[in-house]
Amino acid sequence: MKVLVPVKRVIDYNVKARVKSDQTGVDLANVKMSMNPFCEIAVEEAVRLQEKGVATEVVAVSIGPIQAQETIRTALAMGAERGILIQTDADPEPLEVAKLLAAVAKAEDPKLILMGKQAIDGDNNAVGQMLSALLGWPQATFASKVEVSGETVRVTREVDGGLQTLELDLPAVVTADLRLNEPRYASLPNIMKAKRKTIDIKTPDDFGGLAKGHLEVVKVSEPAKRVAGVKLENAAELVAKLKTEAGVI
Amino acid sequence: MAVLVVADHDNAELKDTTNKTVTAALALSSDVDVLVAGKGIAGVAARAAKIAGVRKVLTAESDALGQHIGEALSACVAPLMGAYEAVLTPATTVGKNFAPRVAAMLDVAPISEILQVIDANTFVRPIYAGNALETVRSSDAKKVITVRATAFKAADEGGSAPIEAVDPGPGAPHTRFVSEEIVKSDRPELAGAKIVVSGGRAMGSAEEFHRVIEPLADKLGAAVGASRAAVDAGYAPNDYQVGQTGKVVAPQLYIAIGISGAIQHLAGMKDSKVIVAINKDADAPIFQVADYGLVSDYKMAVPALMEALTAAGR
Repeated sequence: MKVLVPVKRVIDYNVKARVKSDQTGVDLANVKMSMNPFCEIAVEEAVRLQEKGVATEVVAVSIGPIQAQETIRTALAMGAERGILIQTDADPEPLEVAKLLAAVAKAEDPKLILMGKQAIDGDNNAVGQMLSALLGWPQATFASKVEVSGETVRVTREVDGGLQTLELDLPAVVTADLRLNEPRYASLPNIMKAKRKTIDIKTPDDFGGLAKGHLEVVKVSEPAKRVAGVKLENAAELVAKLKTEAGVI
Repeated sequence: MAVLVVADHDNAELKDTTNKTVTAALALSSDVDVLVAGKGIAGVAARAAKIAGVRKVLTAESDALGQHIGEALSACVAPLMGAYEAVLTPATTVGKNFAPRVAAMLDVAPISEILQVIDANTFVRPIYAGNALETVRSSDAKKVITVRATAFKAADEGGSAPIEAVDPGPGAPHTRFVSEEIVKSDRPELAGAKIVVSGGRAMGSAEEFHRVIEPLADKLGAAVGASRAAVDAGYAPNDYQVGQTGKVVAPQLYIAIGISGAIQHLAGMKDSKVIVAINKDADAPIFQVADYGLVSDYKMAVPALMEALTAAGR
């Protein structure tokens, strides 16, 4: 069973995004970039499926600038077998990303697409669902447990209020939530080995092209800042403030 | 042209997030219909019909819709979109699951978790864990929108819309519901609660979390929340998690106990009206957003707070 894992290069999880003063976007110059944490979880899950003998090949695909090769390289160091980079300096919208990935899926013919539930830059939480709809494959989003058996996959999902378990016919799209697993750190020998693995560099035109976006970003602004309040001496003073000053209890 | 709101419900009760989404929808059009898709939903539909400003309530029933299966919901909603210029639904796990599918089926760009409607084509939404706000203008003739319900006021009751059944669609032929574990609680729901009491990693164990956080929450009639660190450590169930990747809350009062205030937690609660932080580390980032802070070990502060609340008649 081949598993396709889309991965995205984003601002590092530990870096606080700063809005550019001209409000055209977030300043990414000289900022540390890494693999989107949810994508990392998806790669880990795919590699575990491979180690269990369920997956026969794990292919990592990324859409982005030439530097996104490093992101693919990270996936290869974790255990993916080969990579595909669809190189573009455009920042395609989720719909365009889903269309490119659907074309990759048609060419690669995987049984399972495992991907992050959202990227921590755009926070859209949309590509997996759109890809599933475009391919006509079933979907299970926000996965906290994935079990493949034969021609089906059983997925436990984190939903509001608890957990839901679904069984999907393969091929299917599964998106990873935070608690699916804890991604490994690639070992030095595996990082060295990853350097010899293949990354095919393609263009959007190889997969049907990139259409014009549907959304125009008018501006990107900073949210209103909260001002630090007062530190109080004791609980009695706190209750008095909440009652009389804030009026919330 | 009219807009459609897909209601948030559990087949038994209509959630307040639906009323809030109706408010967002009324900013787009004065013709707002509500779709209640589920199973055994007559009571929910009757409640939806009472929301002021709703023109019509549509109902669609099937087993798969009752289980909130994304494929079934999108297959039910997409064919209805001939009559609507936009569909809005709360950004719950159900809404986030099916809405992008509808967008893909209509070949439009989904617009996720809007905080504000500027005009019929322009919306404000959070990006980068709420560290930036993006204003986007859509060129699509039809819009598919999820709404961060806490950013909108709930539409009042007082309507009496007619109710009409529609085709539930083909369901989800390749997806089977296996089971569900929904935590039953007498406490208010986290997303809509007026007061939230949250515990963090400082609790140290699930037993301590129960012992400290829950009695205080019950005394205040509050919902219980947790930081990601507390959930990851197994002190609290995953649906307690407040934060960018968990639930986004905006109660009247948010009490953070033993929570340091990581960016991703702040993104989930910084729109609360009043924030109280209790932490023994005076430099914890949570104090930078707190209206009232107590620099104290929770082991001392929480019992004292319980006592002070009793003395104040709570």
